[in-house]
Amino acid sequence: MERREFLQYSGLVAGALALPVRGGRPDLPGALTPIPDGDKKDLADAALNAARGAGATYADVRIGRSLSQFVSARERKIQGVGGGESYGAGIRVIAEGTWGFAATNVVTPDGLAAAARNAVAIAKANAKFQTEPVQLAPQKGYGVVSWKTPIEKNGFDVPLGEKVDLLLAVNDAALKAGASFVNSRIALVNEQKYFASTDGSYIDQDIHRIFPGFNVTVVDKASGKFENRGSLSSPMGMGYEYLSARPAGKFAGPGTVKYGSYYDIMEDVRVAPAQAREKLGAKSVVAGKYDLVLDPSHVWLTIHESAGHPTELDRVLGYEANYAGTSFLTLDKWQSHKFNYGSPQVTIVADKTQPHSLGAVGYDDEGVKTKEWTLIRNGILVDYQKTRDQAHILGQSASDGCSYAQSWGDVQFQRMPNVSLQPGTKPLTPTQMIAGVDRGIYIVGDGSFSIDQQRYNFQFSGKLFYEIKGGKLAGMLRDVAYQANTREFWNSCVQVCDRRDYRLGGAFNDGKGEPPQSSAVSHGSATARFNGVNVLNTARKI
Amino acid sequence: MPALTEAEARALLEKVLRLSKAESCELSLGGGTSGNIRFARNTVTTSGETENMSLNVRSSFGKRSGGTSVNQFDDASLERAVRRAEELARLAPEDPEFMPPLGPQTYMATPGYVEATAAITPEYRAGLAGASIAAAKEKNCVAAGFLDDGARWSARMNSAGLFGYNRSTSVTYTVTARTTDGLGSGWAGQDANDVTRIDGPAAARIAVEKAAASRDARAIEPGKYTVVLEPAASIELIQNLLNVDARSADEGRSFLSKSGGGTRLGEKMMDERVTIYSDPANADAPDGPWVGDGRPTRRTVWIDKGAYQNLSYSRYWAEKQGKPALPGPSNFIMEGGTQSLEELIRSTSRGLLVTRTWYIRTVDPQTLLFTGLTRDGTFYIEDGQIRYAVKNMRFNESPVIMLNNLDALGRPVRIRTDETGQPSLVPPMRIRDFNFSSLSDAV
Repeated sequence: MERREFLQYSGLVAGALALPVRGGRPDLPGALTPIPDGDKKDLADAALNAARGAGATYADVRIGRSLSQFVSARERKIQGVGGGESYGAGIRVIAEGTWGFAATNVVTPDGLAAAARNAVAIAKANAKFQTEPVQLAPQKGYGVVSWKTPIEKNGFDVPLGEKVDLLLAVNDAALKAGASFVNSRIALVNEQKYFASTDGSYIDQDIHRIFPGFNVTVVDKASGKFENRGSLSSPMGMGYEYLSARPAGKFAGPGTVKYGSYYDIMEDVRVAPAQAREKLGAKSVVAGKYDLVLDPSHVWLTIHESAGHPTELDRVLGYEANYAGTSFLTLDKWQSHKFNYGSPQVTIVADKTQPHSLGAVGYDDEGVKTKEWTLIRNGILVDYQKTRDQAHILGQSASDGCSYAQSWGDVQFQRMPNVSLQPGTKPLTPTQMIAGVDRGIYIVGDGSFSIDQQRYNFQFSGKLFYEIKGGKLAGMLRDVAYQANTREFWNSCVQVCDRRDYRLGGAFNDGKGEPPQSSAVSHGSATARFNGVNVLNTARKI
Repeated sequence: MPALTEAEARALLEKVLRLSKAESCELSLGGGTSGNIRFARNTVTTSGETENMSLNVRSSFGKRSGGTSVNQFDDASLERAVRRAEELARLAPEDPEFMPPLGPQTYMATPGYVEATAAITPEYRAGLAGASIAAAKEKNCVAAGFLDDGARWSARMNSAGLFGYNRSTSVTYTVTARTTDGLGSGWAGQDANDVTRIDGPAAARIAVEKAAASRDARAIEPGKYTVVLEPAASIELIQNLLNVDARSADEGRSFLSKSGGGTRLGEKMMDERVTIYSDPANADAPDGPWVGDGRPTRRTVWIDKGAYQNLSYSRYWAEKQGKPALPGPSNFIMEGGTQSLEELIRSTSRGLLVTRTWYIRTVDPQTLLFTGLTRDGTFYIEDGQIRYAVKNMRFNESPVIMLNNLDALGRPVRIRTDETGQPSLVPPMRIRDFNFSSLSDAV
């Protein structure tokens, strides 16, 4: 796009409701040029051969190229326009029964071979303190295969000017609707990953993620109070089509419009300032027990923290004891086949295949084809999330495909797949669910979140809180947070709406490991009801 | 890739600057080697080394700017990065808050680089892990821990004549010991620029002692308690007091905003023993010589005797408000007293000792209310003695309220925040009426 064209479209922005869709070349020259296939295989073989030559019994190499782009705006100005590119290779080996890892940004056959030898030397240095030699679940080689996020429109192909126009239009709409301040942004990620292992796999993957959003602030200077209302968007494993505002993505229902696979950022921002103002003047909640009706834009985070993390097998086994913590879902509970995690309404599945989800890939970072499996069936703990070196501990012969590294420079380890609450099987809408609640709170959007290191005790807040009185919404509340014990909370789940209400929420940057690594993961659910949950009033004076 | 010397970094940056066709160009270049070892279940789990180097380019035409980064340094990659930043800049709208690049600056020499740390080997890491595991096994405990070391360098240059070069090293060691029955857990950590200050086995012994002592924890009623907070228990809460951005306070959306407009600068908000400052040249917790936009870091007092003395300003906001462009906090040093942690415990008639806190998140930015939990060693103190372990609890507390309820401060110790990685000095402290809201079954 030329400068003149950019100005022309900028001039249209002020009153623009629907943004013009334009073609044009990518804004990042060269950014989309893939690494030639032959080069990648030669590089990978150089690393694998060097590892074997130095004494490795197993090796894998990941040649990674990650691209990012962000645009951010504050009120009527673009605050930041940028992007980045990182290219390198990580080599993981087993030597003398012990893992070793080394990574380099010198992506040449010599550079990779040197890193491979370094990885073997590290493994050997550690072997003398090894008491549990690594046992890998068998994995067949897939040969040369590939996978790509099924996007409709690559966000990196969308001209920068279109993103700039959109954010300025979002901010303009917020200010016109009474926002004191507004920030908005679009973030894009593209991971180009090439994996090869001594098992005989050469796997090329092209993975896309997008996260648009805003935050509106309303300030009442006289009282010195302020209130925020963040966007109801979610990070998605999608292309730019997520921002297409298609009607199929809208969930009208009670309170405010919520969004699924397609997001209407203009619609969302137009209602946000009034909602922030309403919240500012809302009644402060009376602490006590309430029936909670939790929208998927909120409950995804409760699922993430209280179901996703405690079913990670590395936590259960103690590998994360020094940082992220362990888990209350110990092996004896799984072995009993009757550990009651939640009510019979609660079935929670793991998957790395769900369309539009952040966790979807064809193969994980140790060359295992991805799948779906059940973690909690009708309230009973039935399985965990596993990698190749963990499967034998449960007497299983295959990994679940849960290995991930945030970049070529980090070692892969067990990370959470998508973990989702299954919708109810009987027809039920959120409005019908609320009609059955006498005294409750309907919560939309995620807020403050905290949970202990074994995942028993948690506290969550949200974006919007509506009081439910006699089966109807009765205005907003403020200062709301709920505290519960994971098992009591999931046993208080009495209803889940049906599949028509199912949507994904997600975390763009979920942290775990040492050094900490980030991963992106989605959590699906329909609106769910939890009875008799302890609600706090969080108002204070300083 | 070996570290670039100052002369090599300067030559590379000059080469990139020659490629620039923009009106102004700002470059930052950094690299290094980091190494780590993890252990858990009394065995080594993962270990590795990573080397990398990356260049950030920010190009501007008038008030239009664009930026990019790259980690490949062949001529074609460098040219592509510069062209990409320029193309983004041409496409970007004018930034009304654009500030031109800074001219030459004088940067302090900070004592952050120690050769012994840069020379750490895989054998050293393995040995430290092995010694920690041995200490745990001896007392029937299971150890998990992490040693992370790095030697990094960074350089910056711009088209207005600025140049800076800095090297630093760091090493962080943490260890958690759990009793084999899973009923006790203890933690200890050490942080330094100089690896010779790290005593892994000593840290492991503390973790093991706390694990053994924390078995059979008793449940106590949640509520307000006097607490002795070890530095690892308070650092994140204290750090959140340093969200001292003048603009958000001026705009009415900070805990430092005053009703009716203005800020709470100068108002006594906490106990008068609370004084917190940044000092990049501090010998025990040195930090880098510049902040992200190239402004030099200097000794700056943020909170003096319980009142905020300074707020930080972006260059734009400083110009608009007619204030000095004071960059935000780098490291932080909280002044304390002379008592050791043990002496603080001995002088406590009734209270709880908190080893460490976890998962601290904002509940209300207006009042700086945070929630989080205790972890890895929480004990009941009576008449100056630790009597028994208590179950972990969730708190909902504001550091402003907490430091109003300050009872005693001990001797500051070096510690690093998980969230930002900045080295800091934080004293152990005794606080009255710390607000616990519920019990946790977590060990």
